[in-house]
Amino acid sequence: MTSVFGIPVAVILGQLMLGLVNGSFYAMLSLGLAVIFGLMGVVNFAHGAFYTLGAFAALLALQLFGINYWVALIVAPLAVGALGMAVERLLLRRVYGLDPLYGLLLTFGLALICEGSLNQVFGATGQSYPVPPALAGGFNLGFMFLPLYRAWVIAVSVVVCFSTWYVIERTRLGATLRAARENTPLLQSFGVNVPLLMAATFGGGVALAALAGVLASPIVLVNSYMGSSLVIVVFAVVVIGGMGSILGSIVGGLALGVIEGFTKVLYPEASNVVVFLIMALVLILRPAGLFGRD
Amino acid sequence: MKLRMLTLATTAALAAAAGGTARAADEVVIGDIDDMSGVYADVMGAAGVEVVKWAVADFGGSVLGRKITVLSADHQNKPDIGAAKFREWADQNGLNMLLGGSNTGVNIAMAKVAAVKHVPTFHIGPGGASLSNEDCTAYTVHYTYDTVALANGTATAIVNAGGKTWFYLTADYAFGTQLQAAASKVVEAHGGKNLGAVRVPLGAADFSSFLLQAQASGAQVLGLSNAGTDFSNSLKAANEFGITKTMKPAALLAFITDIHSLGLPAAQGLYLTTAWYWDLNPETRAFGKRFYARFNREPTMDQAGAYSATLTYLKAVKAAGSTDPDKVMAQLKKAKIDDMFTSGGSIRADGAMIHDMYVMQVKTPQESKYPWDYYKVVKKMAGAEAFGPITGLCPLAPAPK
Repeated sequence: MTSVFGIPVAVILGQLMLGLVNGSFYAMLSLGLAVIFGLMGVVNFAHGAFYTLGAFAALLALQLFGINYWVALIVAPLAVGALGMAVERLLLRRVYGLDPLYGLLLTFGLALICEGSLNQVFGATGQSYPVPPALAGGFNLGFMFLPLYRAWVIAVSVVVCFSTWYVIERTRLGATLRAARENTPLLQSFGVNVPLLMAATFGGGVALAALAGVLASPIVLVNSYMGSSLVIVVFAVVVIGGMGSILGSIVGGLALGVIEGFTKVLYPEASNVVVFLIMALVLILRPAGLFGRD
Repeated sequence: MKLRMLTLATTAALAAAAGGTARAADEVVIGDIDDMSGVYADVMGAAGVEVVKWAVADFGGSVLGRKITVLSADHQNKPDIGAAKFREWADQNGLNMLLGGSNTGVNIAMAKVAAVKHVPTFHIGPGGASLSNEDCTAYTVHYTYDTVALANGTATAIVNAGGKTWFYLTADYAFGTQLQAAASKVVEAHGGKNLGAVRVPLGAADFSSFLLQAQASGAQVLGLSNAGTDFSNSLKAANEFGITKTMKPAALLAFITDIHSLGLPAAQGLYLTTAWYWDLNPETRAFGKRFYARFNREPTMDQAGAYSATLTYLKAVKAAGSTDPDKVMAQLKKAKIDDMFTSGGSIRADGAMIHDMYVMQVKTPQESKYPWDYYKVVKKMAGAEAFGPITGLCPLAPAPK
């Protein structure tokens, strides 16, 4: 078998593929964070909790109402997004204009409450969500067996990420959103309902997290802390990509998934710190992030 | 993370301020420090505290005319928190006995406190056999199971069934590495070969990369040297990526709660080793029924062990006529343990509680007739076979000549 640096090519291709799968989750989650930070200036520490809520919403919808995966894929993000809008209206709105630290503390507290409550009600072990029958099985790529479901995750992520990017960077709606961040009073004087826009933006970012949660539910056990370990990595991704940069979070997410994948082969013990090492390097060399604007 | 630490420190400080007065000697104080909110919380957790209270109530609520009090705390899987709480209770609350743990790393830290504070310490959930070897103390009882017994059970059964070549997926901390070492030894002793291992950080979000490495090794057996959610998620991914078509997974530690959350279609056919199962005999079923009525699930071996350990300690206090730690330990080491957890159990000089262990195979969905009907007994191992001879690594217990 041919090899590069002593690693068989099949292994390299396999890890590249898996890196893209994991990177898809990072991209979708960091995208939501970037939207919320970029357009609202809120550091949303509850992002992991919303991801967890998305997975629980899908699980409960199935168990209590027999709602299948495909419907959950639409309904769960909408429901969690609506919850996000309520959070923005009732709580988050009160810390606008204060130091960003207040928003961070508020959302961090919400995340702890959410995690603790889910743990109390559903226990720590977690529950299995079945892979939808249409996406069961997989295909042999020659160098590895790729489950159909993981291929589906990559496809959904790419479509969702680039349509979000397009909406925000290339449409009139996106321009309005960005204008709201730049100069709120001016936009309001044009008759735009800025508070509603803010709530919708937060709801949208949160719905992205919930969608990632639904996508993850057939892969891992659904439990209360599934989001808490992920969210720290995702914050690192956002910092590396450039705080608030949409494109940075997408490219950063996919790239870091791949880099992490290779670390798992070369030195597996370091696979959970490699992202933070890169973050440190980026902060030293290019503090605004790879795609950030100074 | 920093924020979380700050919150913790504040909470701990408040808790200490509220309950800090020293208890008088008219109480016997039992403490349970365990994972109450993290990955192992269903294995022992709050239900574990409850069964300790059951044991106290079943014993009559007092011993030697002194009321029995139960304290509990969450160590959050952090050795420093576990050790600090233990020290605080020993200094301020007159702690007489400690149990729990569920995390080898935390239990090793608490064992060091036990040695200094002279508090009999029953390690309930941790697997690491080092607790009755390098990390043993005069006050150690390693009660439910250890990595050696797990390996002797599961690895022996699988090697004898033809699984000769092994590759391990190992949780990268004290428990995982000790379990891998114990299994490797058993595999070699029975004529098998260890082809390699990959060390996976605790709580990894994705296991597929590691599993592909395992598959590339060409080994017949995938030794899952991990526990809890890590175990379940790695087995789920192994099924998803078709790894289980070419490799036979071996659950070196699985609790009944893990099998329940995975479901029988994913877990069927697995071999595993357990100290206790709710459906073994009328006594275990009675305890299972009581537990089920309260928690709507069957107890794990750790929860059964915690109940038994509490009773064992209280019986020893009664027999010794004192809570003096040295007298109680001497009494414990001569007692025979007979209850719903085990029959004919005994605590060895190195602190290991020697008792029967069961090699189980997870039933197929067709074989399972009623809720939580998950295991069939492959083999009942006598204590001596399961836990092996004294190694001599614990200074209190020289190896037999």
